[in-house]
Amino acid sequence: MSSSRDLATTTRSEPRLESTASRLRELVAHLRQQRAQLREEWARLITEAKLLTAMTKEEIFAEATSVYDNYVEALETGTYEALQTYARNLSERIIPRGVETHEVVGIVLLLRDVLARSLFAKYHEDFTELNRILDAYEPAANRIAITVAVGFVQERERIIREQQEAIRELSTPVLQVRERLLILPIIGVIDPQRARQLTEQLLRGIRTNRAKVVVLDITGVPYIDSPVANHLVQTVEAARLLGATVIVTGLSPEIAQTLVNIGVDLGKMNTVGDLQGGIEEAERLLGYKVVLTHEPAGEPA
Amino acid sequence: MQVPILKQGPYLIATVQSALTDDDLKQLRDTLVDQISQVRARGVIVDVTALDVIDSFATRTLRDVAHMIRLRGAETVIVGIQPEVAFSMVKLGLTLEGVATTLDLEEGLRYLQRSGKRKVQEHEGRPHR
Repeated sequence: MSSSRDLATTTRSEPRLESTASRLRELVAHLRQQRAQLREEWARLITEAKLLTAMTKEEIFAEATSVYDNYVEALETGTYEALQTYARNLSERIIPRGVETHEVVGIVLLLRDVLARSLFAKYHEDFTELNRILDAYEPAANRIAITVAVGFVQERERIIREQQEAIRELSTPVLQVRERLLILPIIGVIDPQRARQLTEQLLRGIRTNRAKVVVLDITGVPYIDSPVANHLVQTVEAARLLGATVIVTGLSPEIAQTLVNIGVDLGKMNTVGDLQGGIEEAERLLGYKVVLTHEPAGEPA
Repeated sequence: MQVPILKQGPYLIATVQSALTDDDLKQLRDTLVDQISQVRARGVIVDVTALDVIDSFATRTLRDVAHMIRLRGAETVIVGIQPEVAFSMVKLGLTLEGVATTLDLEEGLRYLQRSGKRKVQEHEGRPHR
């Protein structure tokens, strides 16, 4: 073994002195030459592994082509900016179509394996040279895999952050309907974070609008768990400390059950069946009296 | 740090200006309860706008003040509890039960005036809302 290796190294003394860069050049040349075949092979493996099922065959092939070219380019230039940009673009395009992280990581790793196999095939007669080529190839290939995966995950996180932001902005409007009367319509499930935000908005709203009465309408909330229920009760009490009365309206049977289960003190909770009743109660508390001055137009008198 | 107590019409106004020690609180309580009859005040306002923490001792003392003053024939209102303070008090179970609270000094005065009127109406046998 050692004698054959010595032989190999002596006969190939010149390439041995070559830097990693020139090996990469050799590698890139090989990959360019084999482009059509390797790309095909890769696309086949992707379909076989049932990755990117959200995309058609043609789309997979098109993406495979550009990923392949970007991949080779990154290997050639040793810079990853172009690839990073491409990965981000690709993610932007495919995330809305429901492509998962494991699929993206999967296809990049498949490409790495396909290319490695082709290197094995090319250098199978010269183990030493194969080793050197792999020394140059593997770090770069891994780096590329990481770049693409990180790009994808970052894009995903960016989308999630944006959506969270949007939800947060939409989730708790504080509306003034009359002097010193606020309405907070809540729609959807209240998680602990949203509950915290609700409390903050409500208490701040009381202060900035100098509200005396707040109607908290939870008609659109299907259920709440006990921690959130407790939080709501605490919010009502905190509002009282600011000199405001909170009227909770539209409790679903499930929420009523939860509140009874946690043993809420009903003396502290002012609840009315629906939003209309809540507003009427609030007006009464504030001393308003709504009077019908004439029959609505279009109705027979 | 002593709490200044001002007389404004028939009301006493105590404005807390910085964090109070337990002794300061006790002193505030004693002074208020004492002065209420001296000046024949009908109501007391304790302004806690400047406080960013209200602990259990402070809460208890404020409640005691309110109850003692009620026994001496006047009313107490705590004003200016900050939103964050209010929520952390409630989390600790400090809800100042049975004590009137309002948003700020102005509201506190209005509250006392209204409750004074209510009493007169009751006295005169007139119905009230």
